[in-house]
Amino acid sequence: MPPAPGRSRRLSDRGLAAAFISPALLLLLAMSVFPLLWALYLSFTNYSATRGGPAEFVGFANYTAILTSAQVHQRALTTLIYVVGAVALQTVLGFGIAYLISRRTHGRGLLTTLFLVPMMLSPVVVGLFWRFMLDAQFGVINSMLGSLGLGQVEWLTRQRTALISLIVVDTWQWTPFIMLIALAGLTAVPKYLYEAASIDRASEWFRFRTITLPLVWPLLLIAVLFRAIEAFRLFDLVYILTNGGPGVSTETLSFHVYKVAFLGFNTGTASAYGILMVVVVIVLTQLYLRYLNKLKEG
Amino acid sequence: MAVSVDEAVSAGPAGDRRPTVRRRGGRGRAMLEIALLTVLAVVMLFPVLWMIETSIKENRDVYAIPAEFIGFTVTMEHFKDVFVGPDGGRSALSVAFLNSALVAGLSTVLATLLGVPAAWAYSRFAVKAKKDQLFFILSTRFMPPVVVVIPIFLMYRQIGLIDSKLGLILIYTAYNLPFTIWMMKGFVDEVPAEYEDAAMLDGYTRLQAFRRFTLPLLVPGIAATAVFALIFSWNEFVFAIFLTSSDSVRTAPPAIAGLIGGTTTDWGLVGAASVVFALPVLVFAYLVRKHLVAGVTLGAVRR
Repeated sequence: MPPAPGRSRRLSDRGLAAAFISPALLLLLAMSVFPLLWALYLSFTNYSATRGGPAEFVGFANYTAILTSAQVHQRALTTLIYVVGAVALQTVLGFGIAYLISRRTHGRGLLTTLFLVPMMLSPVVVGLFWRFMLDAQFGVINSMLGSLGLGQVEWLTRQRTALISLIVVDTWQWTPFIMLIALAGLTAVPKYLYEAASIDRASEWFRFRTITLPLVWPLLLIAVLFRAIEAFRLFDLVYILTNGGPGVSTETLSFHVYKVAFLGFNTGTASAYGILMVVVVIVLTQLYLRYLNKLKEG
Repeated sequence: MAVSVDEAVSAGPAGDRRPTVRRRGGRGRAMLEIALLTVLAVVMLFPVLWMIETSIKENRDVYAIPAEFIGFTVTMEHFKDVFVGPDGGRSALSVAFLNSALVAGLSTVLATLLGVPAAWAYSRFAVKAKKDQLFFILSTRFMPPVVVVIPIFLMYRQIGLIDSKLGLILIYTAYNLPFTIWMMKGFVDEVPAEYEDAAMLDGYTRLQAFRRFTLPLLVPGIAATAVFALIFSWNEFVFAIFLTSSDSVRTAPPAIAGLIGGTTTDWGLVGAASVVFALPVLVFAYLVRKHLVAGVTLGAVRR
């Protein structure tokens, strides 16, 4: 096509930007912001989705009820143990695997690909399969423990082990994520730094501590924050693996919101609960973006 | 900082390889590291292998105590049950798979159609409060789904989108948009804006310059982004279970989860359904392996 000089620009740059951006923003407003505003409104009422009827304004009653509820405090503690436990385990394991892989010359691509498989699976598949493997009677884990001469563990039906099981399964699925990010950081460390250090006869530990870790750390921190956000809002794995039980031992905040909303049908209370969780997520997201910007500038 | 799996996979070693550095016990240590990696790989892959094994076992072998690792009879019965119903017709699971394909496919197309132009505009133009807008967009993706689903549920009930594929397609499109925009913005940033400037000097309009010169260069990026969006929608469970109820609308994740209701669970069938369900995801993930870091961090971590 020949150049078309002098063809009138029907859309100015500004108009074009608006035309291209607004449909996306409108959809997000309709599907995210509007529902959240609705939830915000409901959070100040005693509305119930099943009872129907008009929503009655109750002020901050829902919020004070949640913030002072011993139940909620316990769920918050469960969530904290789960998030900290799972993310810490994933970080140590993921970084360890990445470090080992980065020291290999051969078979790296294959190894990386194999390690990434768990991360790609749906939480439903992961949850179901671990439920089967952790089954007290015919689960393969207990079967293996048995053949090693060890006792059987009721993984999902005892209070304490259930939370540990949840952490283990989450770690199994998401260690590859940390590994992937750590590996990207490790391979980006300039080789000449190590060469310089080896000329100085620096010890392996010294090189790890003064070169590898400081250079990989910013990226690792981003991975950790990302995982913390995801773990905090986790719902599907709990639902499939333990359904919050036994008792309430694996009931995280996300799961508790679901119970309040869909089993208790206290829509108003659940909305207030949800708004508070969103606030936590927004704070975490801010941190995530702050470190992301630092990384991009650095 | 260069961040791509491409490098992670193919670049030279980050550590030392030179014999001068591996002074004391270098070989012993290398063997130890290989052994450790092998153990870790076996542990990580065991559940997947066990899933595949369970899917081809006969029921009596599935529940064998102690568990049977080898020497069982191989059967394809469970895979047949995934697709063929007990009455010989189509099974509920195969309907769910088709629904999943439809919902994931259409929402991916929509998210791409809305997201790519927006990403281009964010990359090229001085948009007012651009950082705030991009933060807002990303933050919608981080909302706890179980929280968002409450008002969405009420909203859908009001406008009749509850238990409909259209409802799922819309929410998945919105769910994938932040990812599409962030990931695509990275790809657009890598195409020099000068290409468009030069085209405009030749008399093309801005839109033509985008369509004729930038867009073709973005095709691989669009493909990678779309694959990720497809995987997210395909695997999604929370919206699917709360916004749909009937077998004809339900997607695969809630359908598979439904297999464990009742007193006994046919784990062979669960295994086979999971394998069938996971297979496309693994193939797709392999196709976009170069972009994995960007993909799994919503496109936020690139370069």
